[in-house]
Amino acid sequence: MSAVTVRLPTVLRQQANGQSAVSVAGSTVGEVVDELVLGYPDLKSNLLDEAGTVRKFINVYLNDEDIRFLDQLETTVVEGDEVAILPAVAGG
Amino acid sequence: MLSLSRTSWLEILAEAWRVYPLEACGLLLADRSADGALIDESGQADRPIQRFVPLKNAANSSRVFQLDPMGYMKVERMADDDGSEVVGVVHSHTHTAAYPSATDVREATMPLVPPTWHWVIVSLAWGSPELRSFRVQGQKSDWLLAWGSDSEYKKGSEYKKGTDKWGIAEEQVWLR
Repeated sequence: MSAVTVRLPTVLRQQANGQSAVSVAGSTVGEVVDELVLGYPDLKSNLLDEAGTVRKFINVYLNDEDIRFLDQLETTVVEGDEVAILPAVAGG
Repeated sequence: MLSLSRTSWLEILAEAWRVYPLEACGLLLADRSADGALIDESGQADRPIQRFVPLKNAANSSRVFQLDPMGYMKVERMADDDGSEVVGVVHSHTHTAAYPSATDVREATMPLVPPTWHWVIVSLAWGSPELRSFRVQGQKSDWLLAWGSDSEYKKGSEYKKGTDKWGIAEEQVWLR
């Protein structure tokens, strides 16, 4: 288990006691996300669908890399890593 | 109300022409500590736009845009570090007027897209460019948490120009 920092966009901070970043323990990105929503249950329905997977309009990054190009939620994290969560913004 | 400097307006226009015929996109930042001194008719207090940051259109299209996700993340980090805040998104329309498309309304009302954002559209469809700004209407924060059974969300796509039911409505633009 490693302590990593999770950066939250403004729109999610209210559900994390106003914090812009929180420290969470885990050994993979998936564990970090699970631990995050355990600590801040209000975040859960925004981040995960009913099956417990990250919603498709949400991008998750590990140290500036999109986890879709890594090992997705299985990506290993180490002490001091930074996970960032952001919505996909698009239009026509 | 959107308060935009003439410099930012020219930067938006320059970016729109630079990437034409593709759609341009970018983010608007305001000073986090600035007073929301501008009160429009709806009583909404908005901070003036400090700057425009162009981002790559990850969709690489003349019909749709997608903010380059990495670029967006870097702007959020920069904003955290320098005391500013992302308060809006800009994109260009290359073939249609500066009004939200059905796709714009759907995307603007997606959960987690900040409901307070200015949605600025610049159109290059005709000789002189036009710029309009829009805001999501309604208590989006209430249904952020009610995604699964969300009927309000679907109403977003029912927006038609000139109607003001739930969805997205035009706001005043002040060029300073």
